[in-house]
Amino acid sequence: MDEKFDAIIVGAGLAGSAAAYRLAQAGLEVVLVERGPYPGSKSLSGGVLYGRVLSELIPNFWDEAPVERFINNQVITFMTGEASFSVDFKTQAFSAPPYNGFSVLRARFDRWLGEKAEEAGAMLVPGIRVDHLLREDGRIVGIVAGDEEMRADVVIAADGANAFLAQEAGLRERIPPAHIAVGVKELIGLPRETVEERFRLTGNEGTAYAIVGFATRGVSGGGFLYTNLESVSVGVVMHLDDLIRHNLKPGDILEDFLAHPLIAPLIRGGRLLEYGAHLVPEAGLQGMPRLVTDGFLVVGDAAGLTVNNGLVVRGMDLAIGSGIAAAEAVLAAKEKGDFSAQGLSVYPQKLEASFVMQDMRTYANAPHFMENPRLYAAYPQLATTLMAQLFAQTSQPKAHILPTLLKAVKESKISLLDLALDGWKGVRTL
Amino acid sequence: MNRLGIPEKLALDKYELDEGNPHIVVNNEICRRLCKERACLFVCPAGVYTEQNGEIIPEWAACLECGTCQVACPHEALSWVYPRGGFGIIYRYG
Repeated sequence: MDEKFDAIIVGAGLAGSAAAYRLAQAGLEVVLVERGPYPGSKSLSGGVLYGRVLSELIPNFWDEAPVERFINNQVITFMTGEASFSVDFKTQAFSAPPYNGFSVLRARFDRWLGEKAEEAGAMLVPGIRVDHLLREDGRIVGIVAGDEEMRADVVIAADGANAFLAQEAGLRERIPPAHIAVGVKELIGLPRETVEERFRLTGNEGTAYAIVGFATRGVSGGGFLYTNLESVSVGVVMHLDDLIRHNLKPGDILEDFLAHPLIAPLIRGGRLLEYGAHLVPEAGLQGMPRLVTDGFLVVGDAAGLTVNNGLVVRGMDLAIGSGIAAAEAVLAAKEKGDFSAQGLSVYPQKLEASFVMQDMRTYANAPHFMENPRLYAAYPQLATTLMAQLFAQTSQPKAHILPTLLKAVKESKISLLDLALDGWKGVRTL
Repeated sequence: MNRLGIPEKLALDKYELDEGNPHIVVNNEICRRLCKERACLFVCPAGVYTEQNGEIIPEWAACLECGTCQVACPHEALSWVYPRGGFGIIYRYG
């Protein structure tokens, strides 16, 4: 292959396919290289697709895309081994176009977006693993796959959380365990009516749970559960450094979570359809690499673009936003004929101007906040103890809520100062 | 639900096996000399790594390609790349 393309995009996940779609739409010759046999075959998600940004690229995408359910019910749960305390929010405001978020199955959804990029004119090449970047005179000029070389003005690395290409390009160091989390997930099949009855859903409504505490056996991270049309996606995500400290196996943590009295009845009678695992960048702003070098840009998970503030876990929307910004930067660079780091600096500028970097900055303190071990043990215990004392009726006289609260705090061994500081930090983080 | 073990769960997944082409190679020399943590033995969601007669053995065909092991390994004793194009785990749902 000695033909030269305008752009080579490595990885047909959401970031890569969004970039390919935008560039192909503008008439550029784009190759979208995917190591799996089809886009999405290596993708796994434990979250909700907040799809507003995608509708900028493909208006009313939900009419044609294989989305599962629109999420109009979000539940935040504190969990201990025997109890759970939830905040359950449901609104019809999220139930109509343009919707707020969707549950998706990535092997289907990414395949659809990859095919959209192909329809727009991108050349989708599945089943090819990119081994290395091709360099000439210090700048990146293409890729190497096996004994084939492929050249382009620019390479967009959309190769996911392991970010091997950004490391090879010298934009980031080896990823430290403190910057990443491991997620494990089961997809559990249930009849559609069962999903709808169990989760009190009408039509294509869907529920998403975020669960902290016992879900991860006290390891920093959290559990998740969301409803698909005829299945439930349920799993846990643990910060890798803390998982190593606790000496626990992801599979064992997941098993305990699935057996918890809150979760077990939700998946009862279901059939395991798929078990998967994936890394999640968790370092926020601090974990981000430099985004461009000569002839090269990084997008999506490879660029560390995720937000987790405890209430909402995001990544797919940031991936799509970064793919669009990278594509627009490549178009600007092509206009000037300058694909150097300087010429591509439009990408970080566009990202800064968009919700992507603005949200990364707004939630810059979130990773630090989420490292607080009290979130995963002491606070779930406190919340459920307090609830138990409020609801329990015994032959002993009841106390008012304030002394009950103070007693529960005292028993939890959390100092009032820590409680106040954590509360303040929590409010500031959100 | 009767809970399954990791091998039974993996048996439900779809893989395209690249026979004879391991994508994970363990440098046991490094493991023996430097490693006390043995993080690979427990962090891997697919239970790929076991210790047999003092050697770390990767059952690479079961790999879910998440990369947890190579980030967790404190001694860079793993040569870990993605399987060749078209091979390895193939998520049908994701």
